[in-house]
Amino acid sequence: MSGFPILSLMLLVPLVGAVACLMAGREGARMIALAVTLVDLVLGAVLWSQYQIGGPQWQFQEHASVFAGFEWKLGIDGIALLLIALTVFLMPICIGASWNAIEKRAGEYYANFLIMETLMIGVFTAQDLFLFYIMFEAGLIPMYLIIGIWGGADRIYASYKFFLYTLLGSVLMLIAMMWMVNEAGTSDIPTLMAYSFPVKAQTWLWLAFFASFAVKMPMWPTHTWLPDAHVQAPTAGSVILAGVLLKMGGYGFIRFSLPMFPEASAQFAPLIYGLSMAAVVITSLIALVQHDMKKLIAYSSVAHMAIVTVGLFAFNRQGLEGSMIVMLSHGIVSGALFLAVGVIYDRLHTREIDRYGGLAINMPAYALFFMLFTMASVGLPGTSGFVGEFLSLLGIYAQSSWVALVCTTGIILGAAYMLYLYRRVVFGVQKNEDAAAMPDLDAREWAMMIPLAAAVMWMGVYPETFLAPMRKDIAGLEARLAQARPKGDADVQLAAMPPAAKTHEHGESMEHGPESHGAEAAHEEAH
Amino acid sequence: MELLRSLAITGTEEVLSVSGLILLLAAAWGGDKASRAISIAAVAALTVCAVLTVPALSGAAMGPGVSAWNGQFSGDAFAAFGKLLIYVGAAVTLIVAPAFFERENAMRAEFPLLVLLASMGMGMMVSATDMLALYIGLELNSLAAYVMAAFLRSDERSAEAGLKYFVLGSLASGILLYGISLTYGFTGSTSFAGIHGALAGPLSMGATFGIVFVLAGLAFKVSAAPFHMWTPDVYEGAPTPVTTFFATAPKVAALALLMRVSLFAFGAQPGAWQQIVIFVALLSIVIGALGAIGQDNIKRLLAYSSINNVGFMLIGLACANQAGAAAMLVYLAIYVAMSVAGFVAVLMLRDADGAPVESIAAMAGLSKTRPMLALALAAVMFSLAGIPPLFGFWGKFVVFQAAVQANLLSLAAIGIAASVIGAFYYIKVVKVMYFDEAADVVTGQSDMAQRVLLFVSVVAISPLGYLLTKSLGVLAGHAAAALFHIA
Repeated sequence: MSGFPILSLMLLVPLVGAVACLMAGREGARMIALAVTLVDLVLGAVLWSQYQIGGPQWQFQEHASVFAGFEWKLGIDGIALLLIALTVFLMPICIGASWNAIEKRAGEYYANFLIMETLMIGVFTAQDLFLFYIMFEAGLIPMYLIIGIWGGADRIYASYKFFLYTLLGSVLMLIAMMWMVNEAGTSDIPTLMAYSFPVKAQTWLWLAFFASFAVKMPMWPTHTWLPDAHVQAPTAGSVILAGVLLKMGGYGFIRFSLPMFPEASAQFAPLIYGLSMAAVVITSLIALVQHDMKKLIAYSSVAHMAIVTVGLFAFNRQGLEGSMIVMLSHGIVSGALFLAVGVIYDRLHTREIDRYGGLAINMPAYALFFMLFTMASVGLPGTSGFVGEFLSLLGIYAQSSWVALVCTTGIILGAAYMLYLYRRVVFGVQKNEDAAAMPDLDAREWAMMIPLAAAVMWMGVYPETFLAPMRKDIAGLEARLAQARPKGDADVQLAAMPPAAKTHEHGESMEHGPESHGAEAAHEEAH
Repeated sequence: MELLRSLAITGTEEVLSVSGLILLLAAAWGGDKASRAISIAAVAALTVCAVLTVPALSGAAMGPGVSAWNGQFSGDAFAAFGKLLIYVGAAVTLIVAPAFFERENAMRAEFPLLVLLASMGMGMMVSATDMLALYIGLELNSLAAYVMAAFLRSDERSAEAGLKYFVLGSLASGILLYGISLTYGFTGSTSFAGIHGALAGPLSMGATFGIVFVLAGLAFKVSAAPFHMWTPDVYEGAPTPVTTFFATAPKVAALALLMRVSLFAFGAQPGAWQQIVIFVALLSIVIGALGAIGQDNIKRLLAYSSINNVGFMLIGLACANQAGAAAMLVYLAIYVAMSVAGFVAVLMLRDADGAPVESIAAMAGLSKTRPMLALALAAVMFSLAGIPPLFGFWGKFVVFQAAVQANLLSLAAIGIAASVIGAFYYIKVVKVMYFDEAADVVTGQSDMAQRVLLFVSVVAISPLGYLLTKSLGVLAGHAAAALFHIA
């Protein structure tokens, strides 16, 4: 590990680029933005290659005390590394998606995006509680502007809703953070992750953090800002919103709520299960009846995020790892789906599903990519979606088979609404002449689709690449949660089994059972 | 010797009064033509005072080095902190005023003199350690301020603002004076140290009344709810440079005064006034936020915003400890920067003829016609709303942290939740400037002085401001410590 401040550099590069974009014209701004995001992508690749898997928990640490009250303290573990990789991977694609679509005030647009990139990387690298909060909160401003200036017809309402919802969610977290720092005497996140807060206080702290992360995630019933924001945001805005911003909620749970308040997390696990089960079923059913493609994908995001939350609160390794993979996979897949919508939106300027049809005839390449991402969203084995959802559901099955049962219906419903969407848009007769006349993907769109498709397949076929960096961190988290883990219904049966050897056998069959079952189920759904 | 020592401690007040008198003569001979020169001289006088004040920032907290005129006046670090902010506010007013009044043909040579005399009164307010010195300083400031509010004699709104301010201000002064007399009656002293000593025992009913009346009078001066009614009318009606002044210097002076009275004079009985301050703080936050929502005039909106911000600052006072006082001072400094930026930006809103634009609707699409001005105003709005990474967040941060440390958790939670209501109207202004179609009203040019002032103040509230947190924290901590060094 070198002493080179690579994380600060990754934060600084987009910021400098943002200032440059403000000065430049449209052509210049998009070139600068593309160059800057590619530089950050390269830096991200260097970061991953230099990251020592199985090395110290926190790597690339930087520290400078230039502020009063909080410190400039950066550092990453495997979990943060993966999310940073997701961010830098999606950013050049976002710039590509905006290449021709953004005509007015391009300089400001790209500047906002680059600032977003800085802030998102900042959220995942911050090792000081208040630095994290500043980065977390500051993202509201550029996103508010992106939705409000470059969004669709109803953008003003959507931007207000986004801003105020998320702000209300996070201010209480700030008070909780202040209390924690006052109690523990430090704002250093690694120290706080090992600190034992009084159980009674944990309840309140957990709720305050929950208010913030549940809105950000978003969990049912605080999800209503998301469909509005998605529908109104420009394509690239949706990609970044679904791809990275939603992951901040999950990252918050895994970085703060679970390790810092394990007892309270156990205490509130039933609440999480309840909300997640409701989300999976309700939002999937809502998605089924949407006429707007973006809205449909937005509701499917809520359902997928619910799988993330149940996995996180399964308190075991499969659940935690699965949730991380779902987050990464959903980041790529939902980003890709929004992009797929953006491709045809750019041609026809409508997101109405009925206006399309039979695209497989005139846009075969497009239909192929759209199919791949649809299948990944459904969770077809061989795509990234399968790995994550399977692990999450396996994790929660060990904890509560009922929750697993209800959440698995989400997979079936997911297959229903996604395939229904795909059929209406891509198959069938070409009922609209203008839709039938749309040209297939151009070079720029190919260049955006290929990396996304490659990532989806890679994660589906060889997830080890993505599991390896976080394995040790997840193991640490599991150990931390072990003492607080609530008794699941599997444990109840275990207690009835007398000898240790048998318990072991049972545990193995447990792991084996749902695996084959889940695989079969997923196979069936795909057909 | 005693006389010389006291004179040395009150040096800035002497500089201000002497230069004020000399400039008065200059104004009498030179007439209104000399008003620009007099303004420049007045800024120079304020600069000299600021330079004289700086050493006291890190000076002793008590003892013969700071206490003058038999304990009536204190030149401690707390006073120095307040005075510096006051001089900044006054100087900004003097810099932006001539251009504004000349356009209305209303520039009079008296204006800079009034600012100087008001500054002197405010200097006395923050330094006073005796009820009578306090009252004299307060009235000196208030009388100058009433005249300034009505300075645009030809404008009805300005005259109305002056009259309203005078009538309500006199009423508040009366309440304050009544409170002072009650306090004197029940404690037998007008000096803060004497009152502090006399209140140390059990609290008599009369003294409680005294405390309540004094606080009510001062709450009016800081425009805290429920004594805030004058603020929107006066802010709107007064000429914009004067509004800039009201939002900065007198606000600092009155809040500093409130701090010294509460924490020092009544410091032995925090329980007696803490609930009042908590109530006033929360009410100000909520009323400031709700009242602003319906406003269509940017000056009125900023007036409600100032009520809202005073509420947040009072949370620091409600802690009744040194950390709370330090937090309040940090907030005050940031608030002055935000107000200067906000009002200078409002001054720069001009239509094609150079007439001032105050309606929010006319600012539609400002980001296209005047991108830099819109960016500055957006920074001010997000900063006032306390959204990181702008520096306004830091003010709220330190105040709420102090409240959490003082275990006022519910106050902090309610206060911060109410701040979301405030965020609504701040982002509404941003929406008008950035999302709406251009109204093409604001097309006039602004002069160099305004641009420079705006640039400096916006840089101060930008994320670069965080580099100041350490030094600001040290200075505020030192100043707050001076309040708690009780003889």
